[in-house]
Amino acid sequence: MTDAGTLASDTLFGLPLADIWFGLVFFILGMFLFLDGFDFGVGILFATRDDKHEREQLLAAITPFWDGNEVWLVVFGGTLFAAFPAVYANLFSRHYLLMFAILGALILRGLAPEMYEQREDEPWQRWWGRAFIIGSFAAPFFLGIFIANWLLGTTTLITLPGILVGLTVVALTVVDGVAFLRLKTRNELRDEFRADGYRALVLYFILVVLTLSAVYLTAPELRSALLSPLVVGLVVVNLVLTGIYAVATRSDRYYVAFIAGAGLVFTLISTVAGLMYPAIDRVRGLTVETAIVSPLPLNIMSIGAALLLPLIFLYFGVLYSVFSGPIEADESYQ
Amino acid sequence: MLDPVLASRVQFALTVIVHIIFPVVSMGLAPFLIYFTWKDIRSEKAVYEQLRRFWTRIFAVSFATGTVTGLVLEFEFGTNFAAFSTTAGELFGGPLALEGMMAFMLEATFLGIFVFGRERVSDRFYFLSSIAVGLGTWLSAVWILIANSWMQTPRGFELVMEDGQPIVHLVDPLAAYLNPRFPWMFVHMQNAAVESVALLMAGIGAYYVFRHHVWGYSIDNIEFWEATLKIALVVLVITAPLQAIHGDLYARHIVETQPQKFAAMEAIWETDSYVPEYIVAFPTSIQDLLDPRAKEIFGLGIPGGASWLASGGDPQATIQGLNEFEGPQPPVAIVFWSFRIMVALGFWFILLAFWGVYRWWRGELYEDDLLHKALMLSAPLGLLAVELGWIVTEVGRQPWVIQGVMKTSDSVSPGLTGAEATATLVGFAIVYLGLLTLYTYVIVRIIRTGPPDGDELTTVESSSSSQSEVSTDD
Repeated sequence: MTDAGTLASDTLFGLPLADIWFGLVFFILGMFLFLDGFDFGVGILFATRDDKHEREQLLAAITPFWDGNEVWLVVFGGTLFAAFPAVYANLFSRHYLLMFAILGALILRGLAPEMYEQREDEPWQRWWGRAFIIGSFAAPFFLGIFIANWLLGTTTLITLPGILVGLTVVALTVVDGVAFLRLKTRNELRDEFRADGYRALVLYFILVVLTLSAVYLTAPELRSALLSPLVVGLVVVNLVLTGIYAVATRSDRYYVAFIAGAGLVFTLISTVAGLMYPAIDRVRGLTVETAIVSPLPLNIMSIGAALLLPLIFLYFGVLYSVFSGPIEADESYQ
Repeated sequence: MLDPVLASRVQFALTVIVHIIFPVVSMGLAPFLIYFTWKDIRSEKAVYEQLRRFWTRIFAVSFATGTVTGLVLEFEFGTNFAAFSTTAGELFGGPLALEGMMAFMLEATFLGIFVFGRERVSDRFYFLSSIAVGLGTWLSAVWILIANSWMQTPRGFELVMEDGQPIVHLVDPLAAYLNPRFPWMFVHMQNAAVESVALLMAGIGAYYVFRHHVWGYSIDNIEFWEATLKIALVVLVITAPLQAIHGDLYARHIVETQPQKFAAMEAIWETDSYVPEYIVAFPTSIQDLLDPRAKEIFGLGIPGGASWLASGGDPQATIQGLNEFEGPQPPVAIVFWSFRIMVALGFWFILLAFWGVYRWWRGELYEDDLLHKALMLSAPLGLLAVELGWIVTEVGRQPWVIQGVMKTSDSVSPGLTGAEATATLVGFAIVYLGLLTLYTYVIVRIIRTGPPDGDELTTVESSSSSQSEVSTDD
């Protein structure tokens, strides 16, 4: 096959595809943590609402979106597998029980809202409401631990930095959940979420400081990277975004707060990726260059991703614009 | 504690057997939903809006359950089968990533619009959304079956040793992705999905038709259930015979590409000609129940039948026996019986389809209570046949995970302990059986609730949905 010949000889147009895919894998992880993250935040905020009608509104806010949001995790797994199969295999098998904890939490979180809406009686909704809250807390918490373990090359299941990162991610999902719900609700409910947003933001900020300190103290090999211009710059950006979020929340600039929330997720993920690079699996001593798949499948995947990612953004643009604005109180299956 | 290899295999089998139900329902429902949406937009009849809304609910629950159960499968390749993932990543990871990007994204985003957006988008856009959802479900099957069929008939690669580990390198992407098994699997699977959903629909429709017309209960929306039954019968009478036709051709393809699997399907141990096709077969002693060797069985066979099937018309043809293959063999009894029951079910569905259509043609569709009972009992059997088909496919290729390239026993994560694998196996067994129970419960509830009534439909037009009024007015 002539096609395979040219595609197999070198990477497309001499692009640094290994690095691009490293960035892409983390970008997709960031998309998941932002999009499904605000779903998790909504799930956690569900705990703060006793009123049946308000709970219905919270559920209705995420129901058209969550399937699409969760697909980013599937794509994260798929792209990591396709571009860095050795990392996919080593990382997931090494964090065996943690992966199953994440999956278990996601099952609970995905199933609970679907079940909640199937019956109207109080015990049924109370139990599935609890399942929704627990799943929404546990999924980002375990994911945070997973991300910390990946970065630090930890082989033990739970460490202090791991727990701190887990809680940081949880706080961040609440920050994003508030920003999303302020877009999707009205009147008093919308005003009441403002205070939750501030609390989550302060908590997030404290946890970031604690996490950075813990990493600095427990991982000497990362100290120089922590003080590199990139990471310091990202921390500054993080600070600025925190300020923007707070001001926008105060002045009811809903979209600005929402975008600042997205920015916080991507700076967090960029910090992780920046600290890790050029390694991609410290435990196995794999770097981006050594772990990347060979040129032919890499080129095919790159062409595929270049064609498909713009389409995916188009779909999401359509979906979010169709359901833009505050939800109608009586929105349900058609 | 179980051995990690055994525990991983049981866990994968369990999760995949439960998971497959949901995509099959989604794939099978997709063309129906596109049709209902089209008719709903084009015709004034309320029954099409009822059909669309009712079956969309079932689709949505199936899709959500399929998402969470499918996620587990994707990660299980990494957690439990890391050696396989490392070896075959170049060929296997790509289709999984492309499934996510090309198919799953399309399906999941447009499903949001399709389920919740009827009032928010134009008719044309709504119809296009139904097509996007359907296309997504089918494209998803394309990529999954590309990955799976490559494991059955691997092509377009070379095997290289790197750091003491075999690594599959992609050499010819077209040969690898469009490998010989793919078209057979795709046609057989998609047709099976549509047929299974037609059977489900026919059974549910028959239940209400039976209660109304035979038992004399007053059923609201009886026109809806009659329409469901008729549409299901039309689809069944097309898909059921097709399933047998390409199933037969598919079997011949297996003879050529995986003779060991075919020998296991027929439980043929010694190479022979003029081999009979056993309809049923049992070992002479009870200890051999799991190993129905041809020499020891008694059974009912059609002389030369298996040879005739394998060669496509020659009853004298020679078939390779299992003893010609060295090393471990697939568990013959499982493959033998799964194949037999699947084929028997396939013929039963053909009979059922023509029986139903015949009564309909005679104007007796609502009278024949025996037909109604048969349809009701057969409602879940399409899904059963799909499961059995996959058992033949997956168990039949053992001991290979990639036919002729990698053994299943070499594919499990090297660091995995028996304790970890057993713990998650028990956990997932509980979670998945719970999921299946819940799913069944919810589907039964949806069916018992029935479609929205005619007068409720008109209130929908004035932008407030009836169901949510119930839910918010408590």
